Amino acid sequence: MAVGTVRSSKVSAELENAAPVLSVENLETVFLTSEGAVHAVNGVSFSLQPGELLGIVGESGSGKSVTMMSLLKLLPMPPAEIRSGTVGFDGKDLLQVDQQELRAIRGGDIGFIFQDPMTSLNPVFTVGFQIMEPLRMHLGLNKANARKRAAELLELVGIPSASQRLRDYPHQFSGGMRQRVMIAIALACDPKVLIADEATTALDVTVQAQIIELIKDLREKLGMAIIWITHDLGVVAGIADRVAVMYGGQIVEYASVAELYDDPRHPYTKALLQTLPRHEGDRMERLVSIPGQAPNLSGPLQACPFAPRCESAHDRCRQENPPLFEVSPVQKSRCWLEDQEVVNA
Amino acid sequence: MLIFTIRRLLLAIPTLLFISFIIFLVVTLAPSDPTANLPLTIPPEVKQKIRESLGLGQPLPVRYFKWLWQFVYIEPAHYLNQAFGFSIDTGQRILSWQTRSPVMDIISQRMPQTLWVVGTSYVVAILIAVPIGVISAYKQYSWFDQIGTFISMIGFSVPTFFTGVLLIVIFSVHLGWFPSIYDTTHSVTDWDSFVVQVKQMIMPTFVLALANAAQLSRFMRASMLDNLSQDYVRTARAKGLQEKTVLLVHVLRNSMIPVITVIALGIPNIFGSAIITEQVFKVNGIGQLLIIAIQGGDVPTVQTITFIFAILIVLFNLLADILYGVFDPRIRYD
Ligand SMILES: Nc1ncnc2c1ncn2[C@@H]1O[C@H](COP(=O)(O)OP(=O)(O)O)[C@@H](O)[C@H]1O
Ligand SMILES: [Mg+2]
Repeated sequence: MAVGTVRSSKVSAELENAAPVLSVENLETVFLTSEGAVHAVNGVSFSLQPGELLGIVGESGSGKSVTMMSLLKLLPMPPAEIRSGTVGFDGKDLLQVDQQELRAIRGGDIGFIFQDPMTSLNPVFTVGFQIMEPLRMHLGLNKANARKRAAELLELVGIPSASQRLRDYPHQFSGGMRQRVMIAIALACDPKVLIADEATTALDVTVQAQIIELIKDLREKLGMAIIWITHDLGVVAGIADRVAVMYGGQIVEYASVAELYDDPRHPYTKALLQTLPRHEGDRMERLVSIPGQAPNLSGPLQACPFAPRCESAHDRCRQENPPLFEVSPVQKSRCWLEDQEVVNA
Repeated sequence: MLIFTIRRLLLAIPTLLFISFIIFLVVTLAPSDPTANLPLTIPPEVKQKIRESLGLGQPLPVRYFKWLWQFVYIEPAHYLNQAFGFSIDTGQRILSWQTRSPVMDIISQRMPQTLWVVGTSYVVAILIAVPIGVISAYKQYSWFDQIGTFISMIGFSVPTFFTGVLLIVIFSVHLGWFPSIYDTTHSVTDWDSFVVQVKQMIMPTFVLALANAAQLSRFMRASMLDNLSQDYVRTARAKGLQEKTVLLVHVLRNSMIPVITVIALGIPNIFGSAIITEQVFKVNGIGQLLIIAIQGGDVPTVQTITFIFAILIVLFNLLADILYGVFDPRIRYD
């Protein structure tokens, strides 16, 4: 089941060996709400190589956004609490650095794009003002230079007559154009890492394709590493080097894109791939969703969170949460089935 | 924007005419007798004469249109004559039944007192309410927020005639710090007389400010909370902006939009709440004038003051709409 063009697993293996730009270890984030705790992120570890595009996939509520926001402490705390973990970036642990250093990294070395371009920009300030803000803040540019650079950025993300449009307000742009503005803001200070959280989810299909093209293009030009979050495995197939599949606040499968699509190991990944629309001639088959309910996150995971919805679940799955088994140097799966295979071998 | 304003002003004319007619009906048909306060020794025939001389014998429409003509033509013309030395033909101005002097003159004598107390208290209320609302929202459920909630609940639910009297009992009667009666004849000439003026303004201003600040700070808080949970705030933080900038530039600028309109809409209302406060502190402003006129059955005065309030309400409604357009780039009036 090969979907889209994929890089060879050799490339991915090489990627694994370089010094990562970002390495996240055992991240745990909990929300302490009046209705009880929500264990949104339960021990997530991943790394990002320079220039890599890592896809993060999972149903809504699987903890993708909370994981990313935890990296830069963008969550409201309280109710959020980062219980453990390290976020290695530039020789520092971002969870330990002080506010000032963190602010320098936010929007400076790490850029963020969010899901909804209609609400992510401030409606009462011009687009120019909003792009110039990080430029003046992080790069210390004066007004004239910031304006010049802002116009260049708008041009870079493909907005026509850029320098005039700096004076416009967000409501004067279409959804796709606003997302381009968001990308311009995120790229303003030449970040090493760009995190795009469902950047195309709110857009219609053609615009979505344009934005993905733009991202591919910019990646080629600027060479930053990208974390591309989506709930659509189909989107990730065409652009990612590696993919992390999330469920219940954990990474359940972590593989290079070729392996993931050719030989998915985790039952959740398989189920996700089955929900993809397949081309049958000209007709697209309707999406089916995975039956069953989202996992209960009110306590630490005692069992595999996917077990209640899993066709291959057995007793062990309901008693013990599996670790991430290494299936091959480029593929890991958090499933007890892998353990049996090791035993049986 | 200019066209919008002109259109709205033109549209306001029929509205105001309608309001003026309703006010006229209510005031005229109310069972009150302008001669009721006259000594009982005056014989009924004389009282009847007095009533007729006040124009009470004429049919209702005649009385209405006479008053309307006086209000929209004679009074403005009179002021134009006075101000620029024009000599426009005028007629009989609106006269108070009680004092037989022009109502507009009395109003312009009384207005400064009201404006001083009411205006100062509103400015004070805004200056208090905005920071309290901002901090309360930013530190939601903190002790600051809790105390703020408690105080504004008091300001909200305890009527001004109660807080006013309470303050008089404490600070005038027991402590003797501030005078209980506002002396309107006092004029500020030097530092000492200025201190006296401030002292006599403190209590009425505080009473009105408390009531207004209670409402405004709640509104400010709600508006800030609304905006704090918006996506653009997360974007601002993700850009690495300082918390101060996020709050006081991005969030505050958005939160002020509805608050500014509420402030504008609230300005005519404070004249209403001043009526009671002026009674309590014996400030002889517009509010007190209205109360006395109502008690004396002084129809022209009551009608004129009430109609001026109505005009203020319509004008400040328009102002609120215009301000909305000024502060929110998404609103365009053309
Ligand atoms: N502010 C919050 N308070 C409580 N729970 C939250 C909050 N934000 C997110 N969550 C919970 O965290 C879990 C993960 O959410 P999220 O990371 O947004 O999912 P995804 O981005 O994968 O759709 C969900 O169960 C969600 O209900
Ligand atoms: Mg999300």
